[in-house]
Amino acid sequence: MYLYPLWIRLWHFVNAILIMILIITGAAMQFADADHPLLTAGFAGSARLHDVAAIILTISYIAFVAGNIVTGNSKYYRISKKNLFSGTGKQLKYFLYGMFRKEKQPFPVTMDNKFNPLEKVSYNLIMYIIMPLLILSGIIMLFQDLKVIIVFGTGLFIFTDILHIILGFLVSVFLIIHVYCCTIGPKPGSLFRGLISGYQESEEQ
Amino acid sequence: MRYLSFSLPLLILNFFPSASYAFEKNEAFLQDTILFVSPYKEDNELCFKCHAEKKYEYMNETSGKQVKAAMHPGDILSRDKFYASNHKGFSCTDCHSSQFQSFPHPEELKKEPHFNCLDCHGGDAASAVFKFEEIDREFRKSVHFRLEEQGFNCWECHDPHSYRLSFRNSKDMKETVLYDNSICLGCHADYDRFKQFSDRGKIKLSKAHKWLPHQSIHFESVRCIECHTKVNENILVPHYVMPEEAAVRDCRKCHTGNADTMTSLLTIKPTDKGNRKFDNTVIINGLNIIGANRNKYLDNIILIFFAGIMTIIGVHILFRVIRK
Repeated sequence: MYLYPLWIRLWHFVNAILIMILIITGAAMQFADADHPLLTAGFAGSARLHDVAAIILTISYIAFVAGNIVTGNSKYYRISKKNLFSGTGKQLKYFLYGMFRKEKQPFPVTMDNKFNPLEKVSYNLIMYIIMPLLILSGIIMLFQDLKVIIVFGTGLFIFTDILHIILGFLVSVFLIIHVYCCTIGPKPGSLFRGLISGYQESEEQ
Repeated sequence: MRYLSFSLPLLILNFFPSASYAFEKNEAFLQDTILFVSPYKEDNELCFKCHAEKKYEYMNETSGKQVKAAMHPGDILSRDKFYASNHKGFSCTDCHSSQFQSFPHPEELKKEPHFNCLDCHGGDAASAVFKFEEIDREFRKSVHFRLEEQGFNCWECHDPHSYRLSFRNSKDMKETVLYDNSICLGCHADYDRFKQFSDRGKIKLSKAHKWLPHQSIHFESVRCIECHTKVNENILVPHYVMPEEAAVRDCRKCHTGNADTMTSLLTIKPTDKGNRKFDNTVIINGLNIIGANRNKYLDNIILIFFAGIMTIIGVHILFRVIRK
């Protein structure tokens, strides 16, 4: 079944590369330590790479939101109130013990229902709450000398810096869980193959 | 929820102390400047009447002629800066000959020996905290001392007519940085003045610091001496200016949780309001340094959370293998 159109796959690929660069360079800056030079070598390079990747990610994020609106892709992220708690609960139970009892997926992937409720909730959280805040706090730190920003004083930078670290950490946690969940397909590599070809293997196999 | 609605705004406000600090500081500074009236104001005015102007005019009593001339740029002073400076309580003739009170000034006064800092402050109990003798020893090791034959002395950086202590008295770090860096830029960004002491060609500072990310933010937030001097823990401000190639280029000297490796910015004592469990106290003084303003609790929470996630995934993988 053809689930992922080309633009989604391209955006997803670019986004994945950028997020990984941002996590690595961000951690290299935040945990810089002169006593452990191997862990944090190239601080200046990390700072530059982080800036460049962040700017491209912001553009990519805008393209994603615009693409969702234009193509109607946003419908896959909508979740009913009914499914918000019960659906996510069901899916969580499946991941925690249902799948070990060979139970069937509570929300099998169809052309109209690409994501299960847990995915919908986490994707909405990441893309529509965490990412905008992460980009905004990043913009404040990137353009510290802008008059509209400087008027708030150093406190704003300390606050946004800590917020940026927390949000960045949440994105890195999401990335780990997201990648791991992608191994829970018909075969461990089948969902990754789908991200390249656009086709997803049937889970009934 | 009631606790959260009460404590959350307090927590957020906790991050914004600098605005009130800056206000208090500026208020104190303005009050100090406005209220100070020199006991030698009238005497000093006899000098400022000409030396605070680009052009001067006086009656030469010997020739009976009115003299009009342009003041040498190096001899132009600012009243405002003088009365805001450390030496604001002095009379001009405390340091300069009283013969300057006659016009035109006697020619031999041009050769009047100038005091240097140690002449007054050396062995002075009131200035003991600054350790001028140690500063002098450090200066003699610095690249600036090589220029002594060309006439370089303390005054090139610390003009006795305008210099004021800003670092220890200020809670607004950015203002301090601006003031202190303007001393360096007085020569290093003014080639006409620079070439009085050096044969080197013009140096474009932005090009020389091209390697430095976020250059403008660094220039506004960090004093030149933080990277260009060797720290001496015995004195408040390092004066051993190192050769260009020895300047700090390792970002981790400052962008680190280890306060010991940071340069002299950290010699500032934290204020009472500063204890927020951050590794480095420098942020309390008005700077935010990525990598340096770590919060131990946040670091630990991140580490524990991360370990927890990896453990859950590990256990999940184990069950998947077992139940395959």
